Amino acid sequence: MFANALWVMSGTALLGLASGVLGVFALLRRRALMGDVLAHAALPGIVLAYMVTSAKAAGPLLVGAAATGVLGVLAMLAITRHSRLKEDSAMSLVLTVFFGLGIMLLGVVQRMPGGNQSGLDKYLFGQAAAIVPSDVRLITLIAALLCLMALLFYKEFKLLAFDPGFGAGLGFPMTALDLLLNLGIVVAVVIGLEAVGVVLMAALLTTPAVTARYWTNRLSVMLPLAGLFGALSGVAGTLASQVGPRMPTGPLIVLAASLFFFVSLLAAPQRGLLARLVRFLRTRARTRRSRLLEALYDLAEEAACPQTLAAASPEALSRRTGVPVGAVRRHLARLSREGLVDRVPAPAGLAGADAWKLTAAGVAEAYPLVREERLHLVCRMHEADLDGVQWDAGGRLVAAPETLRQLEALLVQHGMQPRLHPGDGA
Amino acid sequence: MTASLVIVAVGALVAGSAGLVGSFLVLRRMTMLGDAISHAVLPGIALGFLFTGSRAAPIMVLGAALFGLLTTWLVQALQRAGVQEDAGMGVTFTALFALGVVLISAFAGRVHLDLEHVLYGEIAFAPWDLWLVGDVSLGPRALWTMGAIFVLDLVAVLLFFKELKICAFDPETASAQGINVTAFHYLLMTLVSITTVGAFDAVGAILVVAMLVLPGATAYLLTDRLSVMLALAVGIGVLASVLGYLLARATDTPVAGAMAVAGGAVFAVTFVIRLLRQRRRRA
Repeated sequence: MFANALWVMSGTALLGLASGVLGVFALLRRRALMGDVLAHAALPGIVLAYMVTSAKAAGPLLVGAAATGVLGVLAMLAITRHSRLKEDSAMSLVLTVFFGLGIMLLGVVQRMPGGNQSGLDKYLFGQAAAIVPSDVRLITLIAALLCLMALLFYKEFKLLAFDPGFGAGLGFPMTALDLLLNLGIVVAVVIGLEAVGVVLMAALLTTPAVTARYWTNRLSVMLPLAGLFGALSGVAGTLASQVGPRMPTGPLIVLAASLFFFVSLLAAPQRGLLARLVRFLRTRARTRRSRLLEALYDLAEEAACPQTLAAASPEALSRRTGVPVGAVRRHLARLSREGLVDRVPAPAGLAGADAWKLTAAGVAEAYPLVREERLHLVCRMHEADLDGVQWDAGGRLVAAPETLRQLEALLVQHGMQPRLHPGDGA
Repeated sequence: MTASLVIVAVGALVAGSAGLVGSFLVLRRMTMLGDAISHAVLPGIALGFLFTGSRAAPIMVLGAALFGLLTTWLVQALQRAGVQEDAGMGVTFTALFALGVVLISAFAGRVHLDLEHVLYGEIAFAPWDLWLVGDVSLGPRALWTMGAIFVLDLVAVLLFFKELKICAFDPETASAQGINVTAFHYLLMTLVSITTVGAFDAVGAILVVAMLVLPGATAYLLTDRLSVMLALAVGIGVLASVLGYLLARATDTPVAGAMAVAGGAVFAVTFVIRLLRQRRRRA
């Protein structure tokens, strides 16, 4: 029992590895569902091979599946090239018509003398528990060949995935390469059908690749990573299926792969949802802080005498900046810990119980922000007369010294130069 | 009514309903959605069984319809989270399908649920699955469900023709004109879900998935007008189901598969004729 599980595990792991690697190219070619299509398109080939040889030997079935798979790919190419139908329609057409044909042929097989569906119905859901050592040897051989193919044609497949037009311009036979890649997918599908079945083979060709995409922007990293996720899914699914007697291995492998995807979707460092949330919150906090400092600075400036810096209640600041009152209070508390704002007794007639004003350090902190903001405004007003003004990733103004002087002059001309300099104030 | 007529009529209704909504999927490049939904509803069916212990069609169809909508929502949500659309579809439907198989396997002892029957239900049984009210037979149930779905699809498409059209061709303009693009996206997705699931219950998944793309794609080759395309799609769908039935009779093979193949043949003939005409015009 245990030895058998080890065989099954190595078989599914290798399967996951090979389909993960191939799936990357399919994904980047925007054909993530190609595995699904080819898995369905293989059915008539498998049934025909069975009808001709009356045996369930892996060899002929593989040849039959590959034959109809290639036919399907050619049909897809013809449809997209010679009509205005798009890839998705071509894929759906091939999938349904070929699968329908397979179902018809299955009906014929059932009526053949001695013919029954046994073995062939496993095609739909797979039966990993039936993997025997000779199967594993076959899977190993084919998985190794597929990975070797990906390695040998790395550069060509990369071109195919990112810029087929450029590849064709360089003189590479892109159509032939496309066929080769799809042939590889067909082969992976066929060896996978026995273990995980038709739908779930589609998952092994899609999910690990999508998962790997979350962790890297480099193809050379993404390929081994997708292989790793595929292999891990195979191992985890096989282990999970040992828990209960009725647990099907194929679907559990897919669920394991989906779990890896889900975790990556949430927690991947750059593209994950959590990372994006953190980035969003940080940016928002930075923006709100700047807006509050700017608003307080503007208030102080509006107050005629620079020595009595104007104060404002959180409610007034919220109205002025559009930042919710609760957030204004939190930011004011933090700014006061930094020594940038001071709480002052609310002047008579001011709404709200508390009021805040900038400290001298606060003025120093706000001054460059305000200046930047006003330069930005002036810049927008005179966009046509200025050249070479840019903002860097952090929102800082980048301009030649000449242009900067021009901008400063414009600020004064509009009466917008910040009047409170660092060092002024209380 | 003879059995053959019932089968052809049900097939034609499936083809007509799927042709209507499928045409919009062809235009929006989302035809694989039918395939995705037809797999992804499996856990809904399984849960329907597990909670009620009954194989009554309404509960099963309700569970399936909910999961159909969940699928379209998940694909949309993943897309917003930066996953490319086809990949999001692939990940969603395979995960849900796997979940369904695991659920059914885990509780297989308690519920008898023949997976193959659920997925590949046979239209050939449709004439004998009657709708009984008390003791009175109102005729084949599939005829009623598919008839209702066809009417629903037709009414929705006629009512919202302009909105669905502009959303399919130019969502940005639609949104600029104040049309709620998201709402119409979900209207279309709901129609696709209901059509897929209802047909799936009546005649099996293969036929409806095929009919979601075949008539629409064939009609798209023939015309530049959406209204003509929709009418053609319904006609082509009916033609495919009649031819498919004849093919199945002639070869004694499953009807659903034969209808898909017949639809494929209609498409292939249209495709080749158009191609030859183009060549001649160019020559």
